Amino acid sequence: MGRRDRPVAEDKRHKRAARSGVEIGPAVWLGAALLVLFLALPLVALVWRAATEASGPASGAGEVLNQALLLSLATSVLSLAIILALGTPLAYLLARRRFRGARLVETLVDLPIVLPPAVAGLALLMAFGRRGLFGRWLDDAGIALVFTTSAVVLAQLFVATPFYVRAARGGFARIDSDLEDAAASLGASPFQLFWRVTLPLARPILGAGAVLAWARALGEFGATILFAGNVPGVTQTMPLAIYGQYNAGDLRGALLLSLVLLVVALLTLLAVRLLGGRAADLTT
Amino acid sequence: MTIFAAKSLRAAFTAIGDDLQAAHPELDLTFNFAGSPTLVTQLDQGASADMVALANTEQMAAAVAAGVISGEPEIFVRNELTIVLSSDADPEILTPADLAQDEVTLVLAQPDVPAGRYAREALCAMDRDSPTYGDDYFARVTENIVSEEEDVRAVLTKVQLGEADAGIVYVSDVAGEEGDEIGVIPIPDAVNVVATYPIGLVVGGDEALATAFIAYVLSAEGQATLVEYGFSPVSAGLATPAAG
Repeated sequence: MGRRDRPVAEDKRHKRAARSGVEIGPAVWLGAALLVLFLALPLVALVWRAATEASGPASGAGEVLNQALLLSLATSVLSLAIILALGTPLAYLLARRRFRGARLVETLVDLPIVLPPAVAGLALLMAFGRRGLFGRWLDDAGIALVFTTSAVVLAQLFVATPFYVRAARGGFARIDSDLEDAAASLGASPFQLFWRVTLPLARPILGAGAVLAWARALGEFGATILFAGNVPGVTQTMPLAIYGQYNAGDLRGALLLSLVLLVVALLTLLAVRLLGGRAADLTT
Repeated sequence: MTIFAAKSLRAAFTAIGDDLQAAHPELDLTFNFAGSPTLVTQLDQGASADMVALANTEQMAAAVAAGVISGEPEIFVRNELTIVLSSDADPEILTPADLAQDEVTLVLAQPDVPAGRYAREALCAMDRDSPTYGDDYFARVTENIVSEEEDVRAVLTKVQLGEADAGIVYVSDVAGEEGDEIGVIPIPDAVNVVATYPIGLVVGGDEALATAFIAYVLSAEGQATLVEYGFSPVSAGLATPAAG
């Protein structure tokens, strides 16, 4: 875009706005306070209840929790690796090239964010299930996807991809093309250009997008339970285990896992803020 | 009146509800069908209902322990297990013993869901009969489990969709469902499980209405409806001699 950041001037403008003379009445404060309270209360209650819950789970539950933890970590990291490998080229293309169908591709990439996870799960099942559009060929070849750990990764891929690609697209688009032109004129090959100039410049936003995508993959539930199933150690990720343990009457186990995910969520937000700085707008 | 009932009772209770509604138009019946452990958890967490019908006595005991049941629960119907097969099951499954074959994909309900627990009991019984079912039957069959569902209807759905070769569900779940989509293999009485369904009043509910509903379910008409949907009755008038 050619726009240069002017941090100092922007700050001054923010401060001026904050000190503007517009009257903010008590109704505004009250409305805001109610919403904040509503957002905070469940989280406080979760922590408080987890700390005080006395009834312990059956001895087998510890095993379930460990398996869920390991499975969630392994699958979400694998999903992230695939998203980075395939999503980076896609984001670059969307940011830098105008090609036919670009708008369609962008809509397709954005869709999983607004699509209800249950719909995503059902759609994956219809595509890759044993009688699915593509799945029937896999079935003939003896490959079963449903109920496997691979299905967990696929479900996570589907829902988490947009979080990275959208951020990365924005990050690439923001890079000052003058810098890239300068590097090219100094003799950099396209690969060197991308690796040494473009990527480092976009890294903060790419990093923030990656963290968001990873967090989304970690928290995936609806698509996973429909498409991948719910077997401890194979497809029961942490969100599924929380749901399962709660339904089985093991509130303490469910609370413990929830706490872990809550801490992960907080760390995620922290990481996004630190990595991306002001430029990492969560609504990209 | 709000009635919590195990998923396997859905069709039968809905019919009973329709019958009662027709006879007493002023009645307003709301059903909540879910896996038994889910219902108990919901009640424990404060959901309001007038009565609850579960699929095994262990879950009812859990409900009693949670303090949500008033009075004594009673058994109101029985059920038995059967094996369902998808229409393109591969390899071919012709007898219960075939469930132990290597490539079979099997779906059961979760272990704490009554249908899942009963299924495992039946598999254990078959395991004890090595001559008929082979060695390590239980181990080999459980190796084939690809998914554990929250309630027994989800098991049936997975098999109907062809996502699994076989599942173990109640006889009542396949009554009327047989067709091109699924096949059924009966489980011999010697190893089958008799599922006993308890029904009880929920603390804080409308006792008079709930008691009347329970009375209807235990009456000749109620039991007849349940039998229509594949269950086995308990009432003195229609009792079948205890099987298995």
